[in-house]
Amino acid sequence: MQTGSLEHISDNNGPIIEVQDLVKKFGSFVANDHLNFTVSRGEIFGFLGANGAGKTTAMRILCGLSSPTSGNATIAGFNVYTQTEKIKRNIGYMSQKFSLYDDLTVWENFRFYGGIYGLKTEKIRERTEELLGRLGLQGEKNKILKEIPLGWKQKLAFSVAVIHQPKIVFLDEPTGGVDPITRRQFWEMIHETAKEGITVFVTTHYMDEAEYCDRVSIMVDGKIVALDTPLKLKETYRAASMEDVFLKLARAK
Amino acid sequence: MRTIRFILQKEFRQIFRNKTMLPVIFVIPIIQLLILAFAVTFEIRNINLVVVDQDHTTTSRALISKFKAPKFYTLKSYLPNYDQAAELLKKGQAHQVLVIPNGFERDIVKDSKASVKLVTNAIDGSAAAIMNAYGNGIIMDFNQELVVESMGGQDFKQPMQVSYSYWFNPELNYTTYMVPGILALLVTIIGMFLSSMNVVREKEIGTIEQINVSPIRKYQFVIGKLLPFWLIALFELAFGLTLARIIFSIPMVGSVPLVFLVAAVYLFAVLGIGLFLSTLANTQQQAMFLAWFFAVVFIMMSGLFTPVESMPYWAQQLNMINPIAYFIKMMRMILLKGSGFADIARDLMAVLIYAIVALSMAVWRYRKVS
Repeated sequence: MQTGSLEHISDNNGPIIEVQDLVKKFGSFVANDHLNFTVSRGEIFGFLGANGAGKTTAMRILCGLSSPTSGNATIAGFNVYTQTEKIKRNIGYMSQKFSLYDDLTVWENFRFYGGIYGLKTEKIRERTEELLGRLGLQGEKNKILKEIPLGWKQKLAFSVAVIHQPKIVFLDEPTGGVDPITRRQFWEMIHETAKEGITVFVTTHYMDEAEYCDRVSIMVDGKIVALDTPLKLKETYRAASMEDVFLKLARAK
Repeated sequence: MRTIRFILQKEFRQIFRNKTMLPVIFVIPIIQLLILAFAVTFEIRNINLVVVDQDHTTTSRALISKFKAPKFYTLKSYLPNYDQAAELLKKGQAHQVLVIPNGFERDIVKDSKASVKLVTNAIDGSAAAIMNAYGNGIIMDFNQELVVESMGGQDFKQPMQVSYSYWFNPELNYTTYMVPGILALLVTIIGMFLSSMNVVREKEIGTIEQINVSPIRKYQFVIGKLLPFWLIALFELAFGLTLARIIFSIPMVGSVPLVFLVAAVYLFAVLGIGLFLSTLANTQQQAMFLAWFFAVVFIMMSGLFTPVESMPYWAQQLNMINPIAYFIKMMRMILLKGSGFADIARDLMAVLIYAIVALSMAVWRYRKVS
C-alpha cells in the first residue's frame, strides 16, 4: 500500500470522501446534479434513493470507474479525474451485479482477488481464514461457487471486497434479493467492518436499512434532497420511520 | 509479474474446468483436418459424359473410346440427338456433352478437317474450366494421333515440345496443398473466437467491473487474457501438425521450429484482433458476429481456396491487411517448399507489425474508466 505523508494527513484530519458540485450527464440527461457531501473516516454512510435516482452513477464515479462531467471529488485524498488508479488501491467495491466467478471455488476467488490487489500469498491465506471464520463458512472453502446459495454468495462478495483492508468500501445495493435474516447478518458485518476503521459507503432502497447508518443522504432525480443522521431526519420531517421521510421527500418534488 | 501469474492461474482453471472447452480443443482439429482435407479438392472426378454420335464410324468410335480411358470420365449414355442430351444437361444429370456430327470421318479424310462440339455445364465456373481442359486434352491427343496416321505412321516431329514438371508438389496432391492452410485456419479460429468470447463473458457476468475497480494494469489484464489462448493455439498447431503428418503424411520440407516461430508471432496478431473486438462488444453474441464477420472475409480472401494471384488487383492489395493470407502463404512456403527464414522475413515482418498494431489497439480500447 502507499504510504505518502499527504495521504496520511488527509486520512486523519480531513474527510475521507469529499464531493463538490459533482455533475454527471449522459447526453442531455443529468444523472447527478451538483452533488455536495463529505464522509468522515470510519463512518457508515447510507446513500439512499429510488431506482434510477442516480446512486449507482455517483458511486461508480467515486470508485474511479466513470469520469464526472464537472465538479470535484477526492477519495482518500486522491482526485477522481487524475488519480483513479491510486483511488483503486485504497477502496473495495461490491457491485450490484454479482461479481465472483461461479466456476471457481470460494478459495480460488479469494486468492485471485487478493492476488490482484498485491497481497502476499501468506496474507491472502490469513485474511481468507479470518473472513470465512467470521461468516462461519470455513467448511465451504473448497466448494465451487455455483453450489452456494445466493445469500451466502453476497456475504462472500462482501468479504472479497474488503480482503485487502481498504480505507473505504463501496457497496452497491448489497442486500438486493436476499432474505431478511441474511440482510440482518449483512448489516452486522458492515458494522464490524466499520469498527475496524474501514469507511462504508452503501446504497440501498430498503428504507429500514437506513436506520443502521450513521448518516444518510436521500437522492431524488439526481439531486441530494436531504442529508443527516436518521434521527435528525425523522425529527425534521416529523416522520415515524425513514420510510416516511423518504415518501415525504419523494412526493414533495 | 505476480499479478499476471494470478490472472493466468485463474484463466487456466476456468478453461480446464469448462466442460465444453476440452472437446473443442481436441475435436475441432481432428474434424477440420479429416473433413476439409478430404472434401475440399479441385480435382474433378466422375464427370458424367453424354455422347451424341451422329457419325457412327470407326473414327468417331475411336474418339469416344478415348474418353472412356481416363478414370474421371463416366460415360453416362449415348443419345441420338443433341436436344435430348441438352435435356440431361438442364436436369443436372450430365456434366458434359460430346457431339460428333454426321460426316465427321468423311470430312477428316476429304478435307483434313472436321469439328466436334463439346458442351459443358458451367454453373461452377472453375469446375467447368477444368472439365473443358480435360475434354480438350483428350481431343487434342486424338488429333495428334490422326496427324501421325495421315503421315503414314512415320515419326512426326513437332516443332515445339512442352515438357512438364511440377515443383514442390510433384503429384499435384491437393491434400498436401490444403492441409497447411487448414492448420492456419484452425489456429486462427481458436485464437480469435476464444479470446474475444472470454473477455466478453467477464463483461456479461459483471466480473469485469470488479477487475476494473482493482489496481490491475491494462497491460497485465491483456497479457493475462492472451497468454492462455496463445499457448492453447500453439498446442493446437502441434497437435494438428502431428495428425497431418500421421494421417496425410504431408511433407515437412522446411524447419518445424520456423513454423512455430511464425505461428507464435501470427497468434499475437490474431489474439490482438480478438481482444480488440471484445472491447467493442457487450455480449457474447455480438463478439461472435464480429469475429465471424472478420474471419469469413479474411478466410475467403486468404488464398486458402482460390489463389491470391488470380484475384483482381484491388483484392490483392486488400490482402495486405489480411493476417491469414500472410500466415497461409508462409506455412505453405515453409512446409512444402522448405523456405528458410530469409525467404519469409518480409511477410513475417508484416505480421509482426500487425501484431503490434492490433495489441496496441486492444490495450488502448480497453477502458478501465468509462
